[in-house]
Amino acid sequence: MTSLRLGLVFVSLVALAALVSLVWTPYPPAALDIAHKLTAPSAAHWLGSDALGRDVLSEILAGARVSLLVGVIAVGVGLTFGVALGLVASSVGGGFEDLLMKACDFAYAFPALLLAILLTATYGPGVFNAILAIGLANVPVFAKLTRAAANASLSREYALAARAAGRGPAAIAVEHVLPNIAAPLIVQATIQFAIAILAEAALSYLGLGAQPPLVSWGRMLADAQGWLFVAPRLALFPGLAIAFAVLGLNLLGDGLRDALDPKLRARA
Amino acid sequence: MLSFALRRLGVLVATLFVATLIVFGALEALPGNAAQTMLGASATPEAVAALAHKLGLDQPVHSRYLAWVGGALHGDLGLSYAYNSPIAPLIGERLAVTLPLTLLSMTLASAIALSAGVYAAERRGKVGDAAVMTLSQFGLAIPNFWLGVVLVLIFSVHWRVLPSGGFPGWGDPLKAMRALILPALALGLVQAAILTRVTRSALVEAVGEDFMRTARAKGLSRRAALWRHALPNAAPPILVIAGLQFSALISGAVVVENVFVLPGLGRLIAQSIANRDVLVVEDCVMGLAGMVILVNALVDMAAAAIDPRLRRA
Repeated sequence: MTSLRLGLVFVSLVALAALVSLVWTPYPPAALDIAHKLTAPSAAHWLGSDALGRDVLSEILAGARVSLLVGVIAVGVGLTFGVALGLVASSVGGGFEDLLMKACDFAYAFPALLLAILLTATYGPGVFNAILAIGLANVPVFAKLTRAAANASLSREYALAARAAGRGPAAIAVEHVLPNIAAPLIVQATIQFAIAILAEAALSYLGLGAQPPLVSWGRMLADAQGWLFVAPRLALFPGLAIAFAVLGLNLLGDGLRDALDPKLRARA
Repeated sequence: MLSFALRRLGVLVATLFVATLIVFGALEALPGNAAQTMLGASATPEAVAALAHKLGLDQPVHSRYLAWVGGALHGDLGLSYAYNSPIAPLIGERLAVTLPLTLLSMTLASAIALSAGVYAAERRGKVGDAAVMTLSQFGLAIPNFWLGVVLVLIFSVHWRVLPSGGFPGWGDPLKAMRALILPALALGLVQAAILTRVTRSALVEAVGEDFMRTARAKGLSRRAALWRHALPNAAPPILVIAGLQFSALISGAVVVENVFVLPGLGRLIAQSIANRDVLVVEDCVMGLAGMVILVNALVDMAAAAIDPRLRRA
């Protein structure tokens, strides 16, 4: 249970940072102030300033916004299409189910980050394309999980009872199967959320994700690398922020899995 | 086993085929065409047409696809617009960095994961187990490229014992290996975190089986039973996950190479994106994806060779 609480606290803090940054940051996150560049942490700049005089704390706060946005949309895209495909596959069954799952296996075999690199390389870098690519890679993950869980659920008594009562396959899928398979989907969603944050950071680090003036932790890291010998702290803060958010989400996922599935708790 | 291997080989070929469609399709959907992208918006229509002709982009879709795949099978990957040279030798050169880097990190990750996983499983529920699990939780959260930067801060900026980046070439193998240590650590440690957890849980599962009770009953120590009976039985799932993780390792290598300015495929991809050299990006991505797909097929076969039950799947 400790991981659930710890995860909740971590994730809430990141969400709080993102929310606060909407109404207040010490300085505008993208505001250049060359006169005060590379200053050490002080009362004026709690975490110091970067090579262009931007306030690091303001950038970290605003960076939480992009990370959360990417996670929410990428997981949303994956959930929407993945769950729909998975439910259809398990309701229709037969050759169609096989075909759909084979397609998911193929898509799964293709490295997600490479797909994102390919898409951003052809359609141009930017946070929107990055989100889309990460979201697309999530679809087969959720489709496979949904189909497996839905098949198990469809063989249970309540699904049989609903069919005996004359409910159609679509109604059974939405009214009976979906609520019963929500638990593993929620757990997987937290994990994919963490993966999405890592992927966005990597893409932005490569210059393929968020573009200036949009602030992203991955891009801060790329900017900081030129100043490793002068101001190593610039490379530490964004990395710590990413690790903090991902750690929180992973702990939350572990905690939720234990809380929602007591069978697993006994084994772990 | 032979029929399983043949079936798996069929799946491998089909997967590679779908991968070529994905890669080719992504490029095909390019707004305008690839030659326009390479030359930029200000290029004259004549220049675009000339480049399109030179790169074979003015052919119909199906013949371009066939030429790409057919050429690749013969080791001809087309022309790089930015380097004005054939792409195949360009990729070959870069593989001499990417391949050793991934192999080194995979070896490192496996060695750490195996020892830490067995250690934790032996001490299940005790302090040692908790420590390993906590450490691996941190390992899961740290982006490998940031770990790379932190390693540079420690070993290159602070202690000045290892190079912060660059690659001297294989002319001096000792120097070359020195240049690969930090990148391999950055990649390998993060991989090790995942594999340690997999190893531990596969072992914990195997320890609960009947054969372990028999092994203990006939007088084997806990440790001997774990190494001799639990580990071989836990090996197939560990292998399969390690294979799936190879995909993350390759993607990670693309990013980490850019941290350490290593002239590998990842760096080539980044440079080619900057140069708008889309054909090179296409070939590199296909090559890396092909490697991942191939490794997964090999791993599946290895797992099936160890555990006959998997051959029925």
